[in-house]
Amino acid sequence: MIYKVIGKDEFTRFTDMLVRANESYGPVQVDTDRNGNPVYQFKRVFSADDIAFDYTTTTSSAKHLMLPYREELSRFSFRNGDWEQDIEYSVEPRVLIGLRPCDISALNILDDVLLNGRFPSPYYLARRRNTFIIGMDHLPLPDCFCKSLNHHTVSKGFNLFCSDIGEHYYLSINSSKAFNYLKEFEISDPTHDDDCRLIERRKLIKQSFQTEVEVTGLPSFLDIEFDSPIWEKWGDKCLNCGTCAMVCPTCYCYNTEERIDTDLEGASRQKQLYSCNLVDFAEVAGGHNFRPGNGDRLKYRYYHHYRGFAENANQQICVGCNRCGRACLADINPKDVINDLRMEKESCMICVSTSRSRT
Amino acid sequence: MHDMRFNIPLQDINREHFAEQVPDFNLKSDLMQTDRGYKCRITNIVKLTGQEKLFQLRIEDPEERRLFRFLPGQFLMLEVPGYGQVPISISSSTSNHEFIELCIREAGRVTGALFKAAPGAMVSVRGPFGSSFPMHEMSGSNIILVAGGLGIAPLRAPLYWINEHRDRYGKVHLLYGTKEPSQMLFTYQFEEWRKVNHIDLHTIVEQAEPGWDGKTGMITELLQDIDIEASNTYAIVCGPPVMFKFVCNRLDREGIPMNRMFVSLERRMHCGMGKCCRCMVGTTFTCVDGPVFDYWSVINLKEAI
Repeated sequence: MIYKVIGKDEFTRFTDMLVRANESYGPVQVDTDRNGNPVYQFKRVFSADDIAFDYTTTTSSAKHLMLPYREELSRFSFRNGDWEQDIEYSVEPRVLIGLRPCDISALNILDDVLLNGRFPSPYYLARRRNTFIIGMDHLPLPDCFCKSLNHHTVSKGFNLFCSDIGEHYYLSINSSKAFNYLKEFEISDPTHDDDCRLIERRKLIKQSFQTEVEVTGLPSFLDIEFDSPIWEKWGDKCLNCGTCAMVCPTCYCYNTEERIDTDLEGASRQKQLYSCNLVDFAEVAGGHNFRPGNGDRLKYRYYHHYRGFAENANQQICVGCNRCGRACLADINPKDVINDLRMEKESCMICVSTSRSRT
Repeated sequence: MHDMRFNIPLQDINREHFAEQVPDFNLKSDLMQTDRGYKCRITNIVKLTGQEKLFQLRIEDPEERRLFRFLPGQFLMLEVPGYGQVPISISSSTSNHEFIELCIREAGRVTGALFKAAPGAMVSVRGPFGSSFPMHEMSGSNIILVAGGLGIAPLRAPLYWINEHRDRYGKVHLLYGTKEPSQMLFTYQFEEWRKVNHIDLHTIVEQAEPGWDGKTGMITELLQDIDIEASNTYAIVCGPPVMFKFVCNRLDREGIPMNRMFVSLERRMHCGMGKCCRCMVGTTFTCVDGPVFDYWSVINLKEAI
């Protein structure tokens, strides 16, 4: 990694060059919510002017540029009672600007799942390899809890990362491609003051978190609390809409579906992102549903995010962006569910310790 | 304003080495065209009961046929182009390299299309996937196979294995129960298994029909008929989810250790490769870590049965 410093205007010029030369995506204000706050999404941008560099967070994550909602996996063409299968991993090089550390961490987690497993996914690899990522740090929103999961900083998975140090950006350059492009611009080596400003900035970010979720030892908590009534309680609230999985930067489960073309000469197998909260997620042939209740499905989602992955890959799959909490129509958010789960156990432990002191 | 120097070069995955090769599903964690199937011709269809048929498939390409090697208990993803794909356990012998046999019940869109197909139709298979029954570990021991209903389909591969290496195993019991006598599968092989392969086969039905002179009751009743030498016996259980608990608890009481009881689980699957998460049980993928689990792992997996 090489560290450099660039003036903010010069940086805008640099992104403008990159955006004009390539298919680019960045945060764009698309609407305002009912309280008048801006709503941002990652959208196609055509010049640096389109990009809202000072955005707060996007409603959907950048996952969709790696895992589209709907993607064709393979095509069949029918001829004389026979068929041919065609698979293409087609993707254009893209630039992704303004990802937050949690978004980049989410992509790193997806890399672990989709590229390091027993069957690496070429579809994902094609998109990941052809994506140039520029990350930017930000001050957390009141409900962000990425610090609890240690994803408020990121050290890999990007080409270029910018930390805001006042007049300048402190650049962490992580690829030769990025360094090559930056050579054309006015960049300088960080001075001692710049280093201090970076440390100061990091401290400020760390201290700005207002929400904390205690995840230490959560896997065993979840195991012990498998039959807890709180799942029923939160499950009753859940509407099974699947919004949480759609906005989540790390949810990757999917459904495949085949469609015959209207001219009957071909068919395509398509993949669409799915959610474990949807009713038929675990339904098998013959109609048996392994997770029939709302609570069962909600519980499974928390299990996968905070336990399952911790066991398989030694880290929790959640990055703490709280997009699911913000998007939920029924006001369910991870912080409340996890705290509820902990409270239940801890109040129970108090009763054990008081009964001991009595005897 | 468009400066060519800032164009990011394309890295074309289609031109990578793997994209031209035949996928080998036995080779794990190598980049390959995981969604490319092996083209198969349906060579024969045997109607077993009103609901189930036995499909015999032959992989067209000799190279792909050579790569398709499986172990007893594994499954494959069967695709009917234009309709979809379904996970089906392999019912043929592991030494049969020419044909694949699949016992399928008509249940939905894909199997519905398959049931309308005639011999000669072309389908696609991907696989084999999943874990297998530890047949080598079992040698020298007695084996109890318990099958309920369609659960006989995944047990047919280990049964073939046992028959081909009959001298390696002690007493082999096959306990098979269905709802009605007419639903019993592979009845034409019963005599062969009993007489040629010396398998102690017991059958039972829940509801007798006219003409049924065998036992009536639950499958656990069959366990009373056989002598179980708990210290030297392995069990393989496959059937509907409710059956596992009753049979395995009964075997546990007989003294068979939980890590010597193997079950084959069923889940919804869309990929077979641990990617779609549909088959996840708590923390475990049924498609890559299963479908064969020992009973100890199963009771440690929440909501598995």
